[in-house]
Amino acid sequence: MANSEQANQRLTLMGNQAISRGALEAGMRVAAGYPGTPSSEIIENLAKSADEHGLYVEWSINEKVSLEVAAAASLAGLRSLCAMKQNGVNVASDFLLHLAGSGIRAGMVLVHCDDPGALSSVNEGESRHFARMIELPQLEPGDFQEAKDMTKWAFELSEELGQVVMLRSVTRLSHASGGVVPGPLPEVSGQARFEHNGSLLDPQRGPVTAGPVSVNHPRMQEKLARAVELFEESPFNTYSGPEEPELLVITCSICSLYVKEALVMLGAADRVGVLKLGTTWPLPPKLVQRNLERCERIMVVEEVIPFLEENLKIMAAELAGQIGPKQFMAKREGYLPSTGELNPDLVAAALARALDIEYQERPAGYAAKVASAAQATDTPRELAFCPGCPHRASYWSLKSALALDGRDGFICGDIGCYALGARPSNYGILKTLHAMGSGAGLATGFGQLGRFGMDQPVMAVSGDSTFYHAVIPALINAVHQKSPMSLVIMDNSGTAMTGFQPHPGTQTDAMGHPVPPVDLEGICRALGAEVTVCDPFDLETTRQAAMDMLADQSTAKVLILRQLCALSPERKGKKLYDVQVDPDKCLGGQCGCNRLCTRVFGCPGLAWERETGRAYIDEVICAGCGVCASVCPAGAIIKTERA
Amino acid sequence: MAVELKHDPYNLIITGVGGQGNVLASRMLGAVLTAQGLWVTIGETFGASQRGGSVMSHLRVSQDGSWSPQIPQGRAHMVLALEPLEALRVLETYGNPQSMAIVNDRPVMPYAAIAGHAEYPAAEEVAKWLGELTAQTWIIPATETALELGLPIYANVIMMGALAAVGDLPISREGFEAELIKSLGPAKMARNLDAFDQGAAMIAS
Repeated sequence: MANSEQANQRLTLMGNQAISRGALEAGMRVAAGYPGTPSSEIIENLAKSADEHGLYVEWSINEKVSLEVAAAASLAGLRSLCAMKQNGVNVASDFLLHLAGSGIRAGMVLVHCDDPGALSSVNEGESRHFARMIELPQLEPGDFQEAKDMTKWAFELSEELGQVVMLRSVTRLSHASGGVVPGPLPEVSGQARFEHNGSLLDPQRGPVTAGPVSVNHPRMQEKLARAVELFEESPFNTYSGPEEPELLVITCSICSLYVKEALVMLGAADRVGVLKLGTTWPLPPKLVQRNLERCERIMVVEEVIPFLEENLKIMAAELAGQIGPKQFMAKREGYLPSTGELNPDLVAAALARALDIEYQERPAGYAAKVASAAQATDTPRELAFCPGCPHRASYWSLKSALALDGRDGFICGDIGCYALGARPSNYGILKTLHAMGSGAGLATGFGQLGRFGMDQPVMAVSGDSTFYHAVIPALINAVHQKSPMSLVIMDNSGTAMTGFQPHPGTQTDAMGHPVPPVDLEGICRALGAEVTVCDPFDLETTRQAAMDMLADQSTAKVLILRQLCALSPERKGKKLYDVQVDPDKCLGGQCGCNRLCTRVFGCPGLAWERETGRAYIDEVICAGCGVCASVCPAGAIIKTERA
Repeated sequence: MAVELKHDPYNLIITGVGGQGNVLASRMLGAVLTAQGLWVTIGETFGASQRGGSVMSHLRVSQDGSWSPQIPQGRAHMVLALEPLEALRVLETYGNPQSMAIVNDRPVMPYAAIAGHAEYPAAEEVAKWLGELTAQTWIIPATETALELGLPIYANVIMMGALAAVGDLPISREGFEAELIKSLGPAKMARNLDAFDQGAAMIAS
C-alpha cells in the first residue's frame, strides 16, 4: 500500500511503514532482518513489494547473518537495509564492530528498534550505546514524516561517509501511525559487482577487511568527524520556542512529541525552548553550544538510560569556559526516570516541577469516583495463551510429566509466545527466561551438574524459529558434552509471536517464493540427538513421551511437539471441533475435580457460570481445538468433529 | 478542506482484549478520517499484548500535525470499548467528567475470573461506574448483534457505526464504505454496511 502510493498525498503510515517507504525512495535494493517486535513490519513491507520494485528481501536465520547479507549488497554496490529489534543488535554486534572497521560502499542503514517499557520484550536494553561503542553515526527520527525522510537521508549519509549508519526507532514510533507525505520513487538500476583486486588500502576497489587497525581505526574516526560537520547543518536538528527561554529542553525520538504535548498541557510554550536532535551521535558541538547559550537551565528528555544526557553533559563541561556552568534537570537529577517508557504525563510533571507550575490532570472529585470504580478493575488482565494455542496443551502435558517424575525437575524457557509460560496464568512452568537460545544453553549447563549432586532433571523449550536462530549450537554442545538435557521444540510452523514470518523450516521465503525447507527433525537426528515427534493436542501421548525423556538421563534428547498456531493463516477462524459442555454430565461443584477445567487448565474460551455452578464454553472465544475434552475427568466436555 | 472538530486534537481511545480486532478498527477509522484531510496519529501496542491482555489504541484527530501517540491522562473525549471492564479501566486513567463512552456489553472473562481468583462484576455495577465516570455512556449489544449477522468480528463495525452516529467526528457512511471497499473488496460490503447501520441505529434510538 504505502510502497506504491503516489508522491505528495499525505497518508497515515505506521512508523515502520514510513521507514520502508524512505528506503524505497532512496533506491534501496536489498533488505534483510530477523523478526522482532517492534521492528518486524519494516522487512515485511519491503518483502511485500519486492517483486514490484525489483528488490531482494529476506528473513535471515538470525540478526548477525542478516547484517552480513545486507553488507554483501553494499560491498557489491547496492544500497541495503538491515532491521532488527534491540536485542538483535547484541547478536549482530560482533560483525557490526568489524564492519565499522572495514567500512562499506553503497549506502547501508541499520534500523534498530528499541522497546522502552519492554512492551513486547523481556528487556528494555538500549541499542544506541552501540553507536558510541562501535563509533557509528546515530540518527533518531522524531515523528512519522521524519521516519521516512531520515531513512532516505541515512542512505546518502552512509554513502558519503563510507560507513554504516544506525537509525533508531522505538515502539511508540514503529508501531504508532501518523501523517507522512511520500516523495517520489526513483528509477533504480545498476549491476552488483564486488571489486576486490585493488590495494588493501583502497576502500573502493581493494579487499574489504576490518584491519589493518592502524589504518582503519583512524579512518573510522575521520568518518565520524565528517558526520559531525554534516550534523551541524542537518535540517533534522531544529529549535523552536522563544529566543531566550527560561528553560531549554533537549530531546530526541518520539519524546519530541511528548514534549510538544506537555508544553500545551501546561500552557508553557512561550517560556520553554525545545532543541530536537535528530542526529544524536556524535553530537555537533557548534549547534549544541549555540543552543546551550540560550539559558542556564537545561532539561534532557529521552527514554531509559541517559545517553543523550551524558553526552550533552560532557560537551557542556568541555564548553564551560565559553558558555559558563549549566544547571541540568534530567535523569541524574531525578526529574525523569531511567527505567520504563516516557509519556506526556511524565514529561509534563518534570516540566511543571522545573517551571513551578501547578498542573492538575482532572478536577478533584473525579478521583473519588475513579477509586470506587477501581474495585472492579484491580485485578489486571493477565496475559494468557490464546484459545486453541498448542502451547497451553504442551505445557499441560509437560507439567504433568514433571509432577509424575517427582524429582523436582524444571524447564528453562526461551523467547517466543511460549515465554508466557513463565507467568502464573500459564502454569508458571518456565523457571528461567533470558535471551534467544539461552534456555537450551542453560539446560546443557544444568545437565552437567549431576556430578555435583544435582538430581533434578532439566528440560528446555524452544520454538521452531528460535531453534534455527540460536538453539542449534546449544544442542550440539549438549550432544557432544554428553549433557542429559531434554529439549522440547514447540513447532507451530512459523515465527508466530511476530506475525508468522517464514524461517528456514518453512516452504516459502519472505517474498512469498518457494524455498526448500530445512528439516528440523533431520537436523536434530544428524546432530546425534534422539528425536520423538508428537501432536501436543494428544495429551496422553505427549505426557508419556515427556516422561520417557525425563527417565533417560544418559544423553541429550529432543521432543518435537508439532501443531499449528491458532492464529496462523491456515488455522485462524477454522474450528477443528464444535465443543460444548454437557450440563447433565458436568457435576460442577459436586465433582471431585475442584474445577480442574477452569481453575487449572485456564483457557479463555472455557469459563465458569456462577448461577449454574457449571463450566460453559464461550462460543465467541473458543477456537475449537478440543483439548479441554481430554482434561475433564467427568467426560462432560463434548467435542464433535466439524465437517 | 475545512472539517470542524469539536476538540483539537480530538482524543479517541479504542479498547478491548487481544484478539477482538481493535487494531483493525483503529486503522479503519484512521483511514476514514485521513481521507477527510485530517491528521490522525494512532498509538498502538501489539505483540505480547495481543495474547489475552488489555489492548488500547489511542487516536488523535487534528487539523494540524502529529501529536503524541499516547493521550495524556484524563484527556479522552471518547472511549470506544469492545469489552465493559476495559472501558472502566481506560476511563480510570484517561477519563474526565466530559468524557463519553460507547461500550459493547459482552464481557470477556479475565484469567483471574476463569481461574476463580476474582469475580467479574455484575453488569449493573459496571454500568453504574461507567455512568459516574462519563458525561454520557451508551451500552450496546454489539457482539450479540454481530453473532446475528454471522460473525463476532462485526462487533467492531457496529461500534464504528455507533461512533459515527454520535457525530463528534466526521465519519460518514460513504467515507466508511470507501475505505472498507479498499481493504475488503466488494464481496463483503453488504454485511459490513448492515453492521455499520445497526450500530448507528443503537445510538439514534
